[in-house]
Amino acid sequence: MEQFFQQLTNGLAVGGIYALIALGYTMVYGVLKLINFAHGDLFTIGAYLGLTLLTSLALTDHVGGFLGIGVLALMVMGLVGIIGILLERIAYRPLRESPRLSAVVSALGASIFFQNAIMLVYGAKFYVYPQDLLPKSPVFIFGMPVPLMRILILVASVVMMISLYLFVQKTRIGTAIRAAAIDQGAARLMGIDVNRVIMIVFCIGPALGGVAGMMVGIYYGQINFTMGWNYGLKAFTAAILGGIGNIPGAMVGGLLLGVIEALGAAYISMAWKDAIAFVVLILILIVRPTGLLGERVAEKI
Amino acid sequence: MLLAINDLHVRYGNVEVLHGISLHVAEGEIVTILGANGAGKSTTLLSISGLVRPSEGEILFDGLALHKLAAHQVVQARISQSPEGRRVFGTLTVEENINLGAFSIRDKAKIARTRTWIYDLFPRLAERRQQLAGTLSGGEQQMLAIGRALMSDPKLLLLDEPSLGLAPLLVRAIFDTIRTINASGVTVVLVEQNAKAALKLAHRGYVLEVGRIILHGESKDLLTNPEVRNAYLGGS
Repeated sequence: MEQFFQQLTNGLAVGGIYALIALGYTMVYGVLKLINFAHGDLFTIGAYLGLTLLTSLALTDHVGGFLGIGVLALMVMGLVGIIGILLERIAYRPLRESPRLSAVVSALGASIFFQNAIMLVYGAKFYVYPQDLLPKSPVFIFGMPVPLMRILILVASVVMMISLYLFVQKTRIGTAIRAAAIDQGAARLMGIDVNRVIMIVFCIGPALGGVAGMMVGIYYGQINFTMGWNYGLKAFTAAILGGIGNIPGAMVGGLLLGVIEALGAAYISMAWKDAIAFVVLILILIVRPTGLLGERVAEKI
Repeated sequence: MLLAINDLHVRYGNVEVLHGISLHVAEGEIVTILGANGAGKSTTLLSISGLVRPSEGEILFDGLALHKLAAHQVVQARISQSPEGRRVFGTLTVEENINLGAFSIRDKAKIARTRTWIYDLFPRLAERRQQLAGTLSGGEQQMLAIGRALMSDPKLLLLDEPSLGLAPLLVRAIFDTIRTINASGVTVVLVEQNAKAALKLAHRGYVLEVGRIILHGESKDLLTNPEVRNAYLGGS
């Protein structure tokens, strides 16, 4: 029971991180029908920027761990959001009218560019996040100890997901995002500046992915310039699992994938952790090709 | 002149689909554009709305050069369109669709007033406001598309085949509503294949054939014109 509970909370925390990254894939797919292959690298950039800001500003020493991490997270979101906007302007917008494959190739190129840029700036070695940011004492839930960090990550990711959901469902801009995802031409006839919608999506998605990178750094303690590949792939899987293009789907898919992986690693085999995740994906796609909550099939790359 | 199109050319890739058409619409008019499938009627409306870029020519609205504006700026200039095939947002509710029509308007009180007016115009929409637009019948979707277009408080309303796929009774209802809308001060450009009904409603008409305007004039003259009768009014 204790082990199950530990794996469940661990899976939910990791799943929350997957979900945050998956939201970036799914939102971009929603409005552009494009898989942003560079998204995983924006996640990596978030991890590195988080570390740089953490060590150079020493903010956590001055204002305390919680507030310091919160402020840094906002800064990382802002910076990675700006990088996302630039990515769209430079790598995707000029190809908007071109065949879809051109944009896919451009996305792969952007991914390689980011990865190499990070390696050039930081080097290829592993970096270690400071481990004394928050109190070490665990929180007891049902009498079982859970690391404070794990709870914090889960709570933070759920809060961000709920905020995003409310933003998309309730606000004027959010409705415009949904409209542009359904029919771009009709959205333009409504007076919606679709370019601006795409810009907003390319700000929010990378911002969430970037803060997820910082969370991974804090949670696992170490980061590397290739980390975006693995997390990107898992989050992409989560987005497909939930139904790509569907925002609640990415959230459910992410959390589910995290839990399945954690339980699979604990009860079946640690070494088969990734295989289990992908087997689940394949099974769900056989039974429900549109993903759990999806309406549309991801018919193209 | 509210709208003036001068020598408009539009090409899709290497194929030119409009070969220099010119037309004008005065304030308060209902003007219809008739023509067969593929004549370029929808392309004309899409270029007014800024969804299609002309390769040559100009579109002036109250002196404003529309052909240089982005689609959302055209809506801000108070032109809106109910497009071919209705294109309602199927997975959004009726009310969300209606509200999206007012995207260019910031004044909340004005939006509420216009919404009330549209629900008066189309009581069916009011009954179904929480329903997903995709679950509406064809006629209701057409009402939604027109109502949505009116939400931006247009001076000029472009309607692309509002009668397409509707039962005759519904067509009459929709056309009556278009007359009401026009009477409230909105200028209307109506693209139709249902030439007879369109000419009965409109003040003037243009006949488009493979990208050229071959005829234009008062509706009553077009209704009796032998060429129009043969080609578009089923002979007789």
